[in-house]
Amino acid sequence: MEPPAEMIHWLFAMLLLVLGLCLLSEAIVGREVWQARPWRKYLWPGLAFGMGIVMWPVMTFFTNSAIHMYAHGSWAEVLMLAGGAELGLVRGRLKSRWWRLTMPLAFVVTGTAFIVHEQNAWYFARSAFLHHLLGWTFLVAAVIPLGMTFRPRSMTLQSAFALTFVVLAAMLFCDRDLAPVFGHLSPLAGVPHR
Amino acid sequence: MSSTYVRSLRAEHARSRRAFVISLLGPVTIAAGAVWAIVQPYRLTLLHPLHQGFWWLVIEPQLLVALAGVFFALVVARPLLADLAEREE
Repeated sequence: MEPPAEMIHWLFAMLLLVLGLCLLSEAIVGREVWQARPWRKYLWPGLAFGMGIVMWPVMTFFTNSAIHMYAHGSWAEVLMLAGGAELGLVRGRLKSRWWRLTMPLAFVVTGTAFIVHEQNAWYFARSAFLHHLLGWTFLVAAVIPLGMTFRPRSMTLQSAFALTFVVLAAMLFCDRDLAPVFGHLSPLAGVPHR
Repeated sequence: MSSTYVRSLRAEHARSRRAFVISLLGPVTIAAGAVWAIVQPYRLTLLHPLHQGFWWLVIEPQLLVALAGVFFALVVARPLLADLAEREE
């Protein structure tokens, strides 16, 4: 008995919200205070890595076409890569700042996968609209982690990065398997649940 | 007033402002979930549980938002505020 796909989106939205709040806190208090306790410095990179791991069962059980499977599989890979790289950086095993480029890479791959795997037009249904919106948000927002590669201490970039996750979480919480968007719902989509 | 004293006062204000913002993040998130539940009560299936399946009763988006806020407030914000206060002393 599997939960509906929209609930998986909400669970990931919750994790993204926690991730965003952690990043925002780090931006507010500064890296030194944030890393005062050893467990805390691994918190958000570990969360990102963990989200990559749980994306694999999502890929296995919640994809209904090859393009869905490729999209979710690529998210799992880039999330684990970006989270793992950040874990290596905070641990000190990785030294080069170029490892931070894994995060904009994850954003670009995620955004592209969102747009490519949504086969319907923007106003087909709410889920189609949100998939397009999420994809373009990820693609545009990729400039923020890219900027952080060169200016990792910038509070503006850190805050923008954190708020990006909060906005993405809000979008995912709006997702429904079958619901209208701004009054539009294609008759081909079916009948809404509620 | 000496400039050193003014500088230390400003730094103290900045720290207390930061502590205030951190302490607000969790409750604001919980409030967002509560407001959502009030605005769209029909989405909270616990309020009308008849004929609902297991998952619809367990996973409620408004409660997930509030849960994220509770987790953040208790697990992240509380020790973070303690560390921030320790730095102030």
